[in-house]
Amino acid sequence: MLASLARATAGSTVATALRRLTTGALLLGVVCALSGCDYALMDPKGPIGVQERTIILFATGLMLIVVIPVIAMTFLFAWRYRASNTTADYRPDWEHSNAIEAVVWIVPCLIIGALGTVTWITSHTLDPYRPIASPARPVEVQVVSLDWKWLFIYPDLGIASVNEFAFPSGTPVRFHLTSGSVMNSFFVPRLGSQIYTMAGMETKLSLLADEPGDYEGMSANYSGEGFSDMTFKARAMTAADFDRWVEGVRSSPAMLTMAAYRDLARPGVATPVTRYGTVDGRVYHDALNKCADGTACIDDRMAMAATRDALGDAALCGPGALARSQTSGAVPRVPSQQGPNSLERPSPVQGL
Amino acid sequence: MTIHSSLTPDHAFLAGAGQEDHHDDGSTTTLGFWIYLMSDCILFAALFAGFVVLRGQTAGGPAGRDLFDLSYVAVETGCLLLSSLSYGLAMIAAHRHRQTQVLAWLGVTLVLGLLFMGLELHEFRELIAEGAGPDRSAFLSGYFTLVGTHGLHVTAGMAWMVVLIGHVLHRGLSSDNLVRLTCLSLFWHFLDVVWIGVFTVVYLLGAA
Amino acid sequence: MFGKLTLDAIPFHQPIIMGTLACVGLGGIVLLALITRFRLWRPLWTRWLTSVDHKAIGIMYIILAMVMLMRGFADALMMRSQQALASVGGAAGYLPPEHYDQIFTAHGVIMIFFMAMPFIVGLMNLVVPLQIGARDVAFPYLNNLSLWLTAAGAVLINLSLGVGEFARTGWLAYPPLSEAAYSPGVGVDYYLWSLQISGLGTLLAGINMITTILKMRAPGMTMMRMPVFTWTSLCANMLIVAAFPILTATLAMLSLDRYLGMHFFTNDGGGNPMMYVNLIWAWGHPEVYILVLPCFGIFSEVVATFSSKRLFGYKSMVYATVCITVLSFLVWLHHFFTMGSGANVNAFFGITTMIISIPTGVKIFNWLFTMYRGRVQFTPPILWTMGFLVTFTIGGMTGVLTAVPPADFVLHNSLFLIAHFHNAIIGGVVFGCMAGFNYWFPKAFGFRLDERLGKVSFWCWLTGFYLAFMPLYALGLMGMTRRLNHVDNPVWHVYLLVAMAGALVIFCGILAQIAQIAVSIRNRKALADLTGDPWNARTLEWSVSSPAPFYNFAETPRVSGRDSFWEAKVTGEAYRPPARYGAIHMPSNTGTGVILSAFATVLGFALVWQIWWLAIVALAGAIVVTIVHSFNENRAYSVPGDVVARTESAFQQQLTA
Repeated sequence: MLASLARATAGSTVATALRRLTTGALLLGVVCALSGCDYALMDPKGPIGVQERTIILFATGLMLIVVIPVIAMTFLFAWRYRASNTTADYRPDWEHSNAIEAVVWIVPCLIIGALGTVTWITSHTLDPYRPIASPARPVEVQVVSLDWKWLFIYPDLGIASVNEFAFPSGTPVRFHLTSGSVMNSFFVPRLGSQIYTMAGMETKLSLLADEPGDYEGMSANYSGEGFSDMTFKARAMTAADFDRWVEGVRSSPAMLTMAAYRDLARPGVATPVTRYGTVDGRVYHDALNKCADGTACIDDRMAMAATRDALGDAALCGPGALARSQTSGAVPRVPSQQGPNSLERPSPVQGL
Repeated sequence: MTIHSSLTPDHAFLAGAGQEDHHDDGSTTTLGFWIYLMSDCILFAALFAGFVVLRGQTAGGPAGRDLFDLSYVAVETGCLLLSSLSYGLAMIAAHRHRQTQVLAWLGVTLVLGLLFMGLELHEFRELIAEGAGPDRSAFLSGYFTLVGTHGLHVTAGMAWMVVLIGHVLHRGLSSDNLVRLTCLSLFWHFLDVVWIGVFTVVYLLGAA
Repeated sequence: MFGKLTLDAIPFHQPIIMGTLACVGLGGIVLLALITRFRLWRPLWTRWLTSVDHKAIGIMYIILAMVMLMRGFADALMMRSQQALASVGGAAGYLPPEHYDQIFTAHGVIMIFFMAMPFIVGLMNLVVPLQIGARDVAFPYLNNLSLWLTAAGAVLINLSLGVGEFARTGWLAYPPLSEAAYSPGVGVDYYLWSLQISGLGTLLAGINMITTILKMRAPGMTMMRMPVFTWTSLCANMLIVAAFPILTATLAMLSLDRYLGMHFFTNDGGGNPMMYVNLIWAWGHPEVYILVLPCFGIFSEVVATFSSKRLFGYKSMVYATVCITVLSFLVWLHHFFTMGSGANVNAFFGITTMIISIPTGVKIFNWLFTMYRGRVQFTPPILWTMGFLVTFTIGGMTGVLTAVPPADFVLHNSLFLIAHFHNAIIGGVVFGCMAGFNYWFPKAFGFRLDERLGKVSFWCWLTGFYLAFMPLYALGLMGMTRRLNHVDNPVWHVYLLVAMAGALVIFCGILAQIAQIAVSIRNRKALADLTGDPWNARTLEWSVSSPAPFYNFAETPRVSGRDSFWEAKVTGEAYRPPARYGAIHMPSNTGTGVILSAFATVLGFALVWQIWWLAIVALAGAIVVTIVHSFNENRAYSVPGDVVARTESAFQQQLTA
């Protein structure tokens, strides 16, 4: 493992090093086989999950270099120097040793140095916003978490579904996520990284499944009463099956209009899988900009503020300007480049 | 409010809690009060951070430059700065054991403090009447909370000052009362420093 | 007239709650009857409730912690049994979500704020003044007020059980879920006001303790001669003073959102919930170290005493403590790597988190090398210490693991995380508190605790802990997330059953703990500690009689090195009475703290239910009491020299007997 790490830091691509480390996970594979692969995180079905498993195993192994001796020493010292063992050395005033002090500071430093390096590199390579390199064109999916269900919109295909989403295996899926209510976390354990969904903000995530299969998905962040049933199926399919699935959804008479969205956004527990053959193009935009209920969209407000900055108050701040800005109808709709989604990330210290 | 008012009576004890027979010179109380002020400083830091994060979030409502009248705030600031000066003069008088002067300067401080609070509350009322109340937007929530918390501190400081005038009338400039005066002095100047921050971050930068 | 409060607020239709209330009510009546029967009201009021003696206050803090441990643990048992029942065959279990969600919220809040915090603050109160050779803390009255404000918060949170509801938001009440739009009930308001009131108490306690340590050390006790527990207490209290105001401000902003319709963290009006998450963890992570640093101090005292040896690497210990203190403010973002911050930000906070494990690791090695070449006696305190060394090391390892952002992307919000922080908090804080409790009990009460039952308790806790939380690590790796009311998975069901069994074993440990106290009280004659130094210990608190006299030290000790009492014993200077005993100034008891806190409780209750007139009355009452108290001149009294001489000569006779 250390050799692999050295290789990683020596400049060969981390991805290769990590892949080599994966072979070290063989043992765990055996364990997994014994328990019927219940360990979702140890039996991932996509490259993101595989790399994350490798990191977990590598970091654990690295830390065991210290942890095992500590546990052994605890028992060893306590037993060897038990009060009844009068043959053992007893030095009541011995309280310092430069050699020991040096070792106990330097060894943890070295380990953390190694782990820190891996952390720095993998934080970048596994950044959820980073697209997955693949010859296939990624499938775009917009995700809206609602009380307590998941809405998946395929903007390129003009279809949508609730509590189920399908995608072709071997093709990266690029998620744009937001929330129509409180904070949730989008998580498919077999595929890897989770990410929060937050109202008025957009997060991004890329995942890929190597093989077809139905994978459990859920909200990992507690969101209220119906949280336990806020699950969905992530269905990886062959390209042909996926095309058939899309056709099936397209033939559905259900339409995701703004009215249907508002209906869907009302709290509801254990909502059955629903498929929409047609989708109003504004749904995701309005959900993200918090104007699905007809109030002013965030991006419009921001655009207006920007205009005011550029043209000065005189242009917009005459009598009644405030009142005007409060009603969405009077404001020309501006393309959503200035909205919260123009922020590359929902920076936790936004504005600072 | 409760923090300082509960610390106030306490420093009077101190008569050598840990030492044999000699009385505490007040340094323990002053240190304790300093530590409290540092914690208050962090409270304000959190509110400042909140304000700065949210100040662009006007939600279609008015921004700082639509609302703030710098000359008005300058008068407010002047009141508070002068009150710091008059409190300083009260402390000089206290160290010279001139009780009447101390009370007079405390009175001046109190009047200036009241003036400051009057101006602030008037500003708040105007804003709310204009429809720019704290529930209008995140920016205004941050503004009212930061400025209002400072105002609440000033009010608490004035209440304390009234009680302290009572103490001085009751017991004169005893060593206990000198320690109390010192603590309130620290508090009052601290509020002045915080206001400089408010003036700069909220008003100067906001009106720009 | 009564705001939002109506009779409907009492959950008559909930048999579990009504049963609990009946039991608590019955127990309370029996307790009150016993107090009346044995005419204990006056001594209770004059010697305990109104006491400004740091030892009495410390003991009352610990009693509060133990009572709240019962409440928090009952919640834990309900959660484990609910998950075990509702994980197979589509069963719904016996707790519907609206009840279950309150239970996990209350469990977290109670265990952190009303169990761990009072226990730690209580131990610091009991021990620190004695360790530094002081007669009391710097502000004894304030100390009493701190205790009762904490108790007021605890009262308020317990009221929520019978009147209304508690928050259903998780223990940190993330908005927008905790905003009025999504949590319109009074649960979050109970949460806010009980934490604000007790948080104020904690802040005042922190200010008090720092001033005490900085100003009231015995002559000769330089900073680098302070016992390690005092050092870690100093650092923990600095963290309190630096972190709790952030909590106060954050909760205040949430309150303003809820009460005045402001928009700090709301979904609309430009609010930013991410700011809350940042702010709350800027308090929350230091809070973890507020709890665990004093425990590190306890282990340092215990391991040196029971190895009959100097602490190895004192300076390293101190530097490591200070490092942890500073670093604890630079790691908060690791609680939400999955919020979409950039790779640089995540990596920065991941690495700072890992760096904390370096000084922590150094401490662990230093404890090990204190045992090395010592004479280790396997008393309950050292057993808890060894249990800690093993358990906390594992918890530290899983902690560093979750500090790697890509690993956290899958481990976050899972039961792996739950297992990790229980591993650190039970292994670190609870084990530390129990070690300290067994270690300092004789100093507080004058007799030792029964060792056999202490060991039974330890082994139950240890095995129970591993049974309860190792399955959660596994479940986390299987993809089970936290706070689930029900799932349907036969494989997980088995693990959840094991975890539930573990919780029951821990329960046996708690019962053994209660039995230990009861048996020890019964056998207190046989277990009496006549020398004041039952463990042949090293620091100043053991140089006085047990229980310590109310004035602590007849004469302020002079300190000439570390382990000053040990050295005095070696040179034969220990216990040497002074030529004459002088009079001692001591602070007088006062009921102001109790009265103010009663007003605070009423104020909190009135604010929760929006009974505005009552809130105004309570606030005005508190202010008036404060002002009246400030005019109170009888704050101290003098203990004549001959009273001191009599007490001390009785101790001298015990020593020679």
